[in-house]
Amino acid sequence: MKPSAMNSSGNTFPAPLLTCEHLSCTYGNGTVIEGVDLRVHAGEFVGIVGPSGSGKTTLLKAMLGSIKASHGSVTRSAGLRFAYVPQLETVDWNFPVTVGEVVGMSRPQKSWWPGSSPSERQAIEEVLERLRLGGLIHRHIRELSGGQQQRVFLARALIQKPDVLILDEPTAGIDVTTRHEILHVLADLNEGPPQGDGIAIVLTTHDLNGLAAHLPRLVCFNRTVIADGTPSEVLQPYFLERTFGAPMEVLQHGGMPVVLEQGGGELRLRLSRKGAS
Amino acid sequence: MIFAVNFWQPFTYEFFRNGLLIATLAGALCGLIGVFVVLRGMSYIGHGLSHAVFGGAALAAVLNMSYFLGAGLWGLASGLMIGRVARKRIIGADAAIGVITTASFAMGLALQARFGQAKRSIDAVLFGNVLGVFTGDILAVAGVGILSVVVVVTLYRRLLFATFDPEVAGVSGVNVPGMEAILMVLLSATILVTVRVIGVLLISALLVLPAVTARLLTNSFGRMLWLSPVLGAIFGGVGMYVSWYADVPSGAVIILAGTLVFIVVYSAVGVRRRGRVAGMDHHSPSLRTA
Repeated sequence: MKPSAMNSSGNTFPAPLLTCEHLSCTYGNGTVIEGVDLRVHAGEFVGIVGPSGSGKTTLLKAMLGSIKASHGSVTRSAGLRFAYVPQLETVDWNFPVTVGEVVGMSRPQKSWWPGSSPSERQAIEEVLERLRLGGLIHRHIRELSGGQQQRVFLARALIQKPDVLILDEPTAGIDVTTRHEILHVLADLNEGPPQGDGIAIVLTTHDLNGLAAHLPRLVCFNRTVIADGTPSEVLQPYFLERTFGAPMEVLQHGGMPVVLEQGGGELRLRLSRKGAS
Repeated sequence: MIFAVNFWQPFTYEFFRNGLLIATLAGALCGLIGVFVVLRGMSYIGHGLSHAVFGGAALAAVLNMSYFLGAGLWGLASGLMIGRVARKRIIGADAAIGVITTASFAMGLALQARFGQAKRSIDAVLFGNVLGVFTGDILAVAGVGILSVVVVVTLYRRLLFATFDPEVAGVSGVNVPGMEAILMVLLSATILVTVRVIGVLLISALLVLPAVTARLLTNSFGRMLWLSPVLGAIFGGVGMYVSWYADVPSGAVIILAGTLVFIVVYSAVGVRRRGRVAGMDHHSPSLRTA
C-alpha cells in the first residue's frame, strides 16, 4: 500500500483538504466508527467501499461536520468549501419543488427578495446545461428519470463551487446506463483544468465491480479503515473478506480486478443438480 | 337589483365589516404559515398549540388578565415543555403534545364549567367569534401577518432548504434549528391571534386546508407560498359572508367553504395529477432511458 500523502500518479501534495485522525463516532448506544485515519487531498477521487451498516454514511457525515467525533478529530483545511449529495432514497419526492428551486435553494440569499438575480439565473442555467438538464428548470423533481434526479442534486452541490464533493451511494438503485452516465459526469468534474474542475470527490458505494474498480483510490471500510490504495492493491481476497465478512475471489479482466463471491460456483452447482433431478 | 341590495346589506354594519376583514386576514395568515405546517408535518403541533392556548385563555379570563398576555405566556410555556419532553426521546413528540396540550385544554374546560357563565370570552375561544372582534384583534392579526410575510420573504431560501432537506441544509451553512425555532414562533403567534376568530376546535383545519389545496394546484414551492394565503383569504372572506345569511358560526362556515373548494380541486386536478405522478414514479423502468 502506498503512503496516503501521495496520489495515484505519485505526486506529493501540500496539506490535505480533509484529515480524519483516530476518528471515532458514537451514535445512539454503540460506536459506529472507530479509530479512522484518512486523508483526502486536492483533486483526489476516493471511493469508500463496505457493506451496508458498516458506518460509511456516518464517516461522510463526520467529515461534513454534521456528526460530532466522540474521539479523535476531523480537520478541514482553512476556507474549504464542500458540498454533499445525499442518497436519493432520502429525498422527499412529493415535496413541491422544481428543478430550478432545488438548485437555487443552496445559494445564499444576498438581498431581501428571494428571487434569483440575473447572474444567479445564468449560473443556474449554466450548471443545468452542463449536467444535460437544460430545459427542465420548471419540472417537478418527480417528473424526472433516475439519472436526471441524481444530476439535479449534483447540480445543487456544484453551484456551491466546492473544493470537495461528497456523495453517499450515488449509484444505489439506478441501472447500468445511468451508473455509467453518473460516473462520467464525476470523472469530468474530477479532471483538472482546462477540461474539468479538479474537484476532489469522496463517495461511498457497495458496488465493487460496477463502480469501485474504476476509481483511482479505494478505501475498504468496516467500522474502520481496513485497506487504502489503488483498486489492484485493495481489492484482494484478504482485505475483502475482512471488509465484507465473506470469502471473495478476485479475477483480472482487461487489466481490471473483478470481485466474485466465493462459493458462488458451489451454489450454482447445487441449483443445477436440483434442476436435473 | 334586489340581490344587489341584499348583497351589500351586511356591509352597513361595522361589526360585519370588522368580522369580514379579520376573517380574510386570518385566512391569509393561516394559509401562509400552513404551507410550512403541511410540508413539515407540523399539523399535530398546531392542533396541540391551539388547545394549549385555550387553557391559557381560560385562565386569563378568570384572572381578568389580558388574553394575549395570558394565552401567549401559557402557549409559550407549553411549547417549551413539549420541546423538553420530546428531546429526552423516551417519549415521542406526538405523545408529549398529547399529554401537555390536552391537560391544558382540560384545565380550560374545567375553568369554563366553573366560571363560564360570567366569562363568555372563554366560549368565544372554543368556537370562534368573528362578530365580537375589536380593533386590537384586527391589529394583532395584521401585525403577525406582516411579520410573517417579512420573515418568510427575507429567509425564503433558508426556510425552503431547511424544510426540504434539513441534513444537507445543515452542512451547507443553514442554521436549521434556528429556522425551526422561527417557524415555531410564527406558528404560535398565528394561533394566538387567530384562535378567537376561528376557534380552538377549527383552527388546525384552517392551517391545513389552504395549503393542501394549493399543493394540488402547483408543484412549485414559490407558487404554493402565495397561492395558499390567497386561498386562505378567500375561504375566510367567503365563509364569513355566507355565515351572515346561514346564521351559523363563522368558523364552521369558513372551514366548510375551504373543504368544498378542496374537494372540487381534488376531483378536478387529482385524477390528472395522480395519473401523472404514477407514470413518473422514479422506480418505473419506462423512464430510465432519459
